[in-house]
Amino acid sequence: MRRRMLIAGAALLALPPASARATKPEVAAAIRALTGGAPLRQGRIKLDIPLLVENGNAVALSVTVPEAPPEAARIRSIHIFAESNPNPNVINAFFGPRSGRPGLSTRIRLATSQTMIAVAACADGSFWTDSVELLVTLAACLDEV
Amino acid sequence: MRAAALPVLVLVLLLHALPAAAQKRSGYQDAGPQVRAMQDDDAANPGFLWVEQGRAAWQASPPGGPACAACHGEIAAMRGVAARYPAFDPARGVALDLTRRINICRTERQSARPLASEANEMLALTAAIGVESRGMSHRIATDGAMAAVIARGAALFNTRLGQLNLSCAQCHEERAGARLGGAVIPEGHANAYPEYRLEWQTLGSLPRRIRACLTGVRAEPWPAEAPEMLALEAYLAARGEGLAIETPGVRP
Amino acid sequence: MARPLVSIPKSVRRGDIFDIRILIAHPMESGQRRDDSGRAIPREIINRFICTYGGEEVFRAEFFPAIAANPFLTFSVRAVETGMIVMTWTDDLGASQFESAEIIVT
Ligand code: HEC
Ligand code: HEC
Repeated sequence: MRRRMLIAGAALLALPPASARATKPEVAAAIRALTGGAPLRQGRIKLDIPLLVENGNAVALSVTVPEAPPEAARIRSIHIFAESNPNPNVINAFFGPRSGRPGLSTRIRLATSQTMIAVAACADGSFWTDSVELLVTLAACLDEV
Repeated sequence: MRAAALPVLVLVLLLHALPAAAQKRSGYQDAGPQVRAMQDDDAANPGFLWVEQGRAAWQASPPGGPACAACHGEIAAMRGVAARYPAFDPARGVALDLTRRINICRTERQSARPLASEANEMLALTAAIGVESRGMSHRIATDGAMAAVIARGAALFNTRLGQLNLSCAQCHEERAGARLGGAVIPEGHANAYPEYRLEWQTLGSLPRRIRACLTGVRAEPWPAEAPEMLALEAYLAARGEGLAIETPGVRP
Repeated sequence: MARPLVSIPKSVRRGDIFDIRILIAHPMESGQRRDDSGRAIPREIINRFICTYGGEEVFRAEFFPAIAANPFLTFSVRAVETGMIVMTWTDDLGASQFESAEIIVT
């Protein structure tokens, strides 16, 4: 375990910080389609996913809202993208007025090490984002399909 | 205080290291925190989809005969059964794993066709019967007729196989705990089957797992029905004696 | 197809927020895999999931092939009144399945 953490640590250090990297064009376009060009701010939502993924076939992911915004700015939808998956869309989730705490957990597939991006659309027209850069190490034993 | 704490800590670490080396390690302990969390929570463990399906199949009457429940009662009566399989069937003079045992009931008592070991309904039944033994020690009979079956399995476990010319023991004993690509080589125990593997994205039997390792060393894998497979299953169970049943386990 | 596993509390207090967890048996064939003879296996996933509470939509999701096999989903709902929680999901072949439970609000 310790060894794995060290390897991951070294690899993470080698990557530039998320903010310094440009979002891939396909994902940037999808986000622009959502926001209509409105600015994307950091905050309001938190994307939780392991930084070191031991198996890309089922990775626990959750998006939480640490502090509920006022009703007029309630979160209407959350969109998740995996930049380097063959199809970067992961899930789009929409929350009705009776939804308790906007947010969700699920398990996803990751093709490779990459950046994950979550975008929330609020009722006041504002957009918020969080992103995580992660490392995927896959199982080695060969297997029949 | 601080001066005394250090030697105590060293002693604790030493004591900890000694039995750990001698103890058996379930593959659960070699899996990472994400996989362990999936196994720990029944509502999140996909294996329970099969457990539930198996409980329903247990109650259902097939066209040709009575339901499992009609003869055996509640499935809770199966507590302890999976923990002592593979076992010898004196009436038929053969060793059986749970899959073979269930197929005998299907063909002889339900006039139904036998199911393949990877058939959904078979995985569902073995998962539902297996979960009744969860937490119990895996402890199969190793004497009498089982002794020869286990000895054959032990011989196979130590035979070099495939183009890579590796035996099961070379990985699961000599290199257990080391890494192979992205995976930790576990000790290779049989206490969590049928098992949900993330790699498979489904539940699978112990023979399927063994076939995956055989394919890994570029050996021609035996079919689930082969006596070699049963011998390996029996040896793995005897070798892992005392490990708690984890069915349905989750592994990478 | 196996029944889904659903966790919903039986009863909750008005105004409380409670979690719904669901595990659905589905291969979520991504469309990216090939069979033994090298042919692409066609995509077949659950693509839509909707949860209503007392007839009103509380949560809806569009799934893509990145959702893992045997999808697992958690979301939350605010207890307003005793009523039915109905979850419906649809796959690429147009097949729908649903699961419902009554929640008692005290
Ligand atoms: C008509 C009655 C009958 C039906 C139906 C039946 N069984 Fe059995 N089963 C038996 C009897 C009798 C035995 C005792 C061993 C023998 O067959 O010699 C047994 C043994 C077993 C055992 C081994 C128990 C042990 O302690 O070793 C298992 C497991 C089992 N049955 C599972 C099933 C399942 C699963 C089904 C349904 C698919 C089923 N049985 C249907 C009669 C039945
Ligand atoms: C080249 C090394 C290698 C060889 C040889 C090998 N295995 Fe494995 N085996 C592995 C690895 C690695 C895993 C774990 C894979 C993973 O988790 O992704 C594994 C997993 C297993 C497991 C699953 C343990 C659990 O917790 O569920 C069993 C059982 C097993 N092997 C049995 C065997 C048997 C029997 C043989 C001989 C026929 C064999 N293996 C040969 C590398 C090997």
